[in-house]
Amino acid sequence: MSEYIIEMRNITKVFPGIKANDNITLQLKKGEIHALLGENGAGKSTLMSVLFGLYQPDEGKIFKDGKEVKINNPNDANALKIGMVHQHFKLVEVFTVLENIILGAEDTNMGLLEKNRARKKVLMLSQKYGLNVNPNALVEDISVGMQQRVEILKMLYRNNDILIFDEPTAVLTPQEIDDLMEIMRGFAREGKSILFITHKLNEIMAVADRCTVLRKGKYMGTVDIKDVTKEDLSQMMVGRQVSFTVDKMDIQTGKTVLEVKNLTVPSKLHKNNAVKNVSFTVREGEIVCIAGIEGNGQTEFVQALTGLEKIKSGSIKLYGKELTKLSIRQRAKSGMAHIPEDRHKHGLVLDYTLEQNLVLQRYWTNEFKKAGFIRSKAIRKHAVRLIEQFDIRSGQGPITISRSMSGGNQQKAIVGREIDRSEPLVVAVQPTRGLDVGAIEFIHQELVKTRDSGKAVLLVSLELDEVMNLSDRILVMYEGKIVGEFDPKKTTVQELGLYMAGGKRTNEQTNEQTKASLAK
Amino acid sequence: MPNEILLLIKYTLLYSSVLMMVALGGMFAERSGIINIALEGIMVIGGLIGVLATQMTHGMNPVIQVAVSVIAAGLAGMIYSMLLAFASINLKADQTIGGTALNILATAIAMVIAKRVNGSQSSKLDYTNSSFIFNVFGIDVNVFLFIGLVFLILSFVILYRTRLGLRLRACGEHPQAADSVGINVYKMRYIGVLLSGFLGGIGGFAYIVPAVQSWNFEVGVAGMGFLALAVMIFGQWHPIKIFFAAIFFSLFKSLANIADSVSFLSRLQWPKEIYNMMPFIASMVVLALTSGRSKAPKAEGIPYDKGSR
Repeated sequence: MSEYIIEMRNITKVFPGIKANDNITLQLKKGEIHALLGENGAGKSTLMSVLFGLYQPDEGKIFKDGKEVKINNPNDANALKIGMVHQHFKLVEVFTVLENIILGAEDTNMGLLEKNRARKKVLMLSQKYGLNVNPNALVEDISVGMQQRVEILKMLYRNNDILIFDEPTAVLTPQEIDDLMEIMRGFAREGKSILFITHKLNEIMAVADRCTVLRKGKYMGTVDIKDVTKEDLSQMMVGRQVSFTVDKMDIQTGKTVLEVKNLTVPSKLHKNNAVKNVSFTVREGEIVCIAGIEGNGQTEFVQALTGLEKIKSGSIKLYGKELTKLSIRQRAKSGMAHIPEDRHKHGLVLDYTLEQNLVLQRYWTNEFKKAGFIRSKAIRKHAVRLIEQFDIRSGQGPITISRSMSGGNQQKAIVGREIDRSEPLVVAVQPTRGLDVGAIEFIHQELVKTRDSGKAVLLVSLELDEVMNLSDRILVMYEGKIVGEFDPKKTTVQELGLYMAGGKRTNEQTNEQTKASLAK
Repeated sequence: MPNEILLLIKYTLLYSSVLMMVALGGMFAERSGIINIALEGIMVIGGLIGVLATQMTHGMNPVIQVAVSVIAAGLAGMIYSMLLAFASINLKADQTIGGTALNILATAIAMVIAKRVNGSQSSKLDYTNSSFIFNVFGIDVNVFLFIGLVFLILSFVILYRTRLGLRLRACGEHPQAADSVGINVYKMRYIGVLLSGFLGGIGGFAYIVPAVQSWNFEVGVAGMGFLALAVMIFGQWHPIKIFFAAIFFSLFKSLANIADSVSFLSRLQWPKEIYNMMPFIASMVVLALTSGRSKAPKAEGIPYDKGSR
């Protein structure tokens, strides 16, 4: 019997134009939580797809319990008891939770689906592991956290005992992340082996036993977590020192840029207002952060601010000019740059080229048009400059289709486009969501530079580290209201967390309440 | 008056069994993720082969004649639909364009073969249809009514109660999810398209045979395939709703057929086109009101590429 339950030896996988995995070795012990760390594009997902049978390696071998195995498709992986929670959930939205769990592993009786037995098994598993789900709910109606539990139950239903989690925390709230960590520890105690793909160092330090680090498709080494620090890991991952704190000049505030007064925004989900009577100001030279757990009105607030949604009452003034009656473009032209929450939906036209996306906010200006025609050369020049300045990496430069770019570089393109407009107010909503440390550091620096140049930044973030590091003032939003204002130097993460949770309610409960009010 | 009502019922039953079968076929294809706009052409091919089989089995035991020609029509439609499956699944061609090409091709093939069979310039084929028709309580009922009802029940059971149905629907909604649990998306889509070919072929035969004893293949099946697509959409890709949608469309289509002979309707002096338009206008109104809740399979029309992320 081998020491390792799974061993991937010298795996190489080449895609056209890129060596995604270059001679990588990964050894997983039974009952351990093994983190796989690397920046976006380091080859983590490719390596796991090879293990799960979605890709075939060009070179290298895979061993299970010391015996060589061939994994040609997910069925083979399943037969070897390997299961995977994909980064983008693989759930059929119009199916019930139960149907999603049994899909591909259905029991039948005389040709007909045997759902009752499956339901019992799912309920038994969900009780045993504390994975609370409603088997009869439609997936499209349940929260992201619950969808992830469905994915986990899919693996358990198939009796898998090698569990791959591909960036499982990217979509979760802080509480849900804690819950997930506890669930993972429970699996490990039970002898299941876990591969945990992530680029979040805190999570690795908190939960992993060992960690394998990849950088640009190459194997950087495997370490015991108890022997290393966060800084060691980030150095291995990025290849240089990364600062986790942001250097900022002392705050020099000027005139009031944005003044929001008694703003109330209706909700599209329920009859209540999503934003309730919110008032605050943002001045030149400061970063004001709205912190809060997802779903407490931040999204609706920003959409009302930028003009994507209608408001119910209140006023929004930019340098004293009333914005509430203006269109999205007029607001943008009045001096508001917007780094949107959903970069695919509101940030980019995914099937446009990078250079087209980089002029989305100004193609109508005389700089880029002449007699009604687009000036392609000017657009190309503009794109080349921004690509250089903001280090936007892509396959074909300005003519790359945006869809094919990595998330980090898509985000850099948006940040570059918006900051380059040098408007007096930058509204940045979760600007670093799902990005690796290198990209996060870069975007943080850009936002601080913007502030230091005397502009106002309104940051909306769910990441408390980001909130504490970047902001000059923190507003905590809970159930559509601003429930507190804090100075980051005088508060703690714990205090903020208390306010964000509204005292004693948790996010899951609010979600359920929303659902309940929807049902009515 | 009773005579006219009987006539109305007869036509409604005739059309609704055809529309329902073909729409159910379309449903299987689209639920697997393939838009089958080639239903019209599949009907033509199925109808042609069915008619030829009827001619060949002339004089045999009626049960055998019905069985042989219906199965021949279904298989013909199935084989023809393989062209669509191959183009859209293996070659990842645009499904709308591929389907349209097959529609045009089908009428041409049918005419060539019909003329060849006739040995003349006419693409009109003659046959006897007595084996297909029964008289129940004074109404002429054709065998396709029963076949249609059997298919309706089978479709529902297959789609919602079997492993095949669950997997098929998963492929039409989220093929990546299906693939990730080891389901062969290509195979499921082939099954969906072939089922639609089978039902479409029989539907074409069911349209041609019971009503008349000779058919000119120059007219194909006169747009019934497209009407079936409308029935499928109106029925929201669901077998039971398709059943009612088929009756609804057929009722109006039948009204157009008998409007002249029904006294109170003919007094209105409406041109028969008005009746022909009615199901479409009604479905446009209904679809406009309900479009926000359309149940179209999410991944339909998008070729599945295993490699894409």
